[in-house]
Amino acid sequence: MTDAGRHPNITIHTLSEVAEVKGYVGNFDVKIVKKARYVNEKECTACGDCAKVCPVVRPDEFNMGLSSRKAIYSPFPQAVPSAYVLNPNECLGNNPTVCNKCYDACEKKCIDFHMSDETINERVGTVIVATGLEPYDPTALDEYGYTRFENVLTSLEFERLVNAGGPTQGRLLRPTDRMKPKSIGFIQCVGSRSARRGKSYCSNICCMNTIKSTLVLKEHYTDMDVKVFYIDIRAFGKGFEDLYTRSRRAGTQYIRGLPGNVEELPDGSLRVAVENTATGTLEFHELDMLVLAIGVEPAPSTQRLQEMLGLQLTSDGFYLEAHPKLQPVDAATRGVFYAGCAEGPKDIKESVTQASAAAARALRLMQKSEISAEAITSEVDPDLCKSCGICAEVCPYNAITVDKKKKMPAHVATAACAGCGTCAAECPFGAITMHHFSDGQIVSQIDSMLEEKADEKILTFACNWCSYAGADYAGVSRLQYPPNARVIRTMCSGRVDEKFIWEGFKNGAPVILVSGCHIGDCHYIDANHWTEKRIEKVHKKMEKLGLRPERLQLEWISAAEGVRFAEVMKKMEELRRSVSRQEIAETIAVLEK
Amino acid sequence: MSMTKTKSIDGRSVNDLSEETRIGVYVCHCGLNIAQSVDCDGVAARAAHLPGVCISKGISYACSEPGQKEIRNDIAENDLNRIVVASCSPRLHEPTFRQMLQDAGLNPYLLEMANLREQCSWVHMHEKDAATEKAWDLVKMAVSRVAKNEALTEEKLPMTQRALVIGGGVAGIQTALDLADNGIKVVLVEKRPSIGGVMAQLDKTFPTMDCSI
Repeated sequence: MTDAGRHPNITIHTLSEVAEVKGYVGNFDVKIVKKARYVNEKECTACGDCAKVCPVVRPDEFNMGLSSRKAIYSPFPQAVPSAYVLNPNECLGNNPTVCNKCYDACEKKCIDFHMSDETINERVGTVIVATGLEPYDPTALDEYGYTRFENVLTSLEFERLVNAGGPTQGRLLRPTDRMKPKSIGFIQCVGSRSARRGKSYCSNICCMNTIKSTLVLKEHYTDMDVKVFYIDIRAFGKGFEDLYTRSRRAGTQYIRGLPGNVEELPDGSLRVAVENTATGTLEFHELDMLVLAIGVEPAPSTQRLQEMLGLQLTSDGFYLEAHPKLQPVDAATRGVFYAGCAEGPKDIKESVTQASAAAARALRLMQKSEISAEAITSEVDPDLCKSCGICAEVCPYNAITVDKKKKMPAHVATAACAGCGTCAAECPFGAITMHHFSDGQIVSQIDSMLEEKADEKILTFACNWCSYAGADYAGVSRLQYPPNARVIRTMCSGRVDEKFIWEGFKNGAPVILVSGCHIGDCHYIDANHWTEKRIEKVHKKMEKLGLRPERLQLEWISAAEGVRFAEVMKKMEELRRSVSRQEIAETIAVLEK
Repeated sequence: MSMTKTKSIDGRSVNDLSEETRIGVYVCHCGLNIAQSVDCDGVAARAAHLPGVCISKGISYACSEPGQKEIRNDIAENDLNRIVVASCSPRLHEPTFRQMLQDAGLNPYLLEMANLREQCSWVHMHEKDAATEKAWDLVKMAVSRVAKNEALTEEKLPMTQRALVIGGGVAGIQTALDLADNGIKVVLVEKRPSIGGVMAQLDKTFPTMDCSI
């Protein structure tokens, strides 16, 4: 931590959040909002004179509320930066008649009540998302009595209680009587691995964290009765099994089964009812203290950043990597990388490993002062362009300029173009070529696919980043679905031109599926909004022509939704069966008129 | 976008789009990953008759070095100017095969992939005939598409040698240090008043059992 604080190449902005990201790889323009600290970060020597005189006492977040701090405080002794921070919502203010004590006490006059939030603009080439985790809040699991019984703690609270730098200087005391507990129980999988409450995934770190805690306890208090209630112990990593064996050898009792109920006894100790699934018996354990091994959730900022950077999430809510094996730290957005628990629950070693990997991947791009841009961009034919401005309106990147008044043809700034192809799909005059996904290329795919036995096939358009990746994921998961689906890949569902749909129906397609990223998850900011509008429009036209609009379906399928892709395909096959050869022939006749 | 025709091997232009279309089709077995539910060689034999196709064959592992070498040799010997690799997802190996085309003196965008593994053999494992029919369609679609592919060139973009790290926990700190030690300027953004994250709150950490800070 201090290395990072001292490093000449690192600028740390604390109390700060990213408010806006614009641009693309190599040139991201980032707006950072830095909240006022009310203490001059550079001048403050962390002498603590201010806190000594501050009359406001509040629970200390770092110690999970097990101790107190003042309204002006140091977050923790080794904090970086070490400067104190003033919480303006708790401070009584600088009116000398009310308080102003800290201001008077500070010799260097570092405290500035008039400091305001700052907006910092930075241009960067790459972005590493390391937003970490949120510990699970066990309030909902009321059978463990976390909100009702003082001697039931979370594993993070327990960490602070046994920490030499914690509120008790590392002496384990139980909250009700400040006495050393003689027995202590750990309940595993709190908020994890449950289909009913909490999360369904394994939080990865809680088994080893508990095992470590039992060893710390057994080292300090050899006669303490330590019990662990668990479903399975997952000691899968290097050296983990050894640690688990040491814990058992040290006398920790492992009981297979999660408690059904916890009661408080008059002396504050706890009576735990558990079905021991190893012996098949109902057991009761009286323990002085209980620790809930809480799981890990995605950080609350995850969704906001996901939208800002055009990232994808797994069904668990963590960030989705570009490829689970080969690009495990890359985001699908070029120039964005993941490190640590932002990508999924993991321990310190794994976080550090991934962080170094992310740094190496970012360096790979940043080692030169220029990189190759996307070649798949759009181009306007100035002879066909009528300067209507629709392309500029639909471009999510403002990459197209057009002067409607002067009738100047549209122009694409290729460096800013990300290649979604929405402009080409929307251009009413066919003046835009989307390179590598041109009308000619896509139409030739449709035609050759429907050359034979068209009535048996499901014509599917899938966007590269979500739905096509979702289809790949169905494959990786070996999910079986009807074999008559044929997928045409576009970079974005926004590329699916109305004429592709008519081309399909004209060639005898019984049904057509257009699929893309969920609204809000579009890899091209919001290009899929135009897909939605376009499909609505085509549905209306189909109705007017007397075609059943449901033969054209629009589905949002994410890269993680392999199961959903397979289900949608089964649904499409049912729909296809409802379309008779006669209906197809009628459609062709109508469209050829 | 320019139509490049300048790249040459042994002084012989192999990328001239005014030339007749000469397509090579490679249907990858991927061991048994594809071959167990798709008749790869059968599909390749049918594809040999498609317009523009000069060579069409099954190949055991297209992505392997011997596989790539075979394709590169075919390109050189038969003046192939477009390639269809029917194997796994382009999301996996498109960069591999684009590089292969480039090494063989062809523009990388004259490649087309048909996804016979993730979107065919693996999802229709018990329907060999239907999977083979689908594979045939996918190859046919790729062949008709590749005939219309254009050579594309990538423009150069400036790269700002500066990184943003969002989050100052153990992962963010480690990334920032690694980048900074390599001479990259790093902006580290943390929403709390100090960096350190959850790690800083932990007591002894496995396996060294020392303090986390």
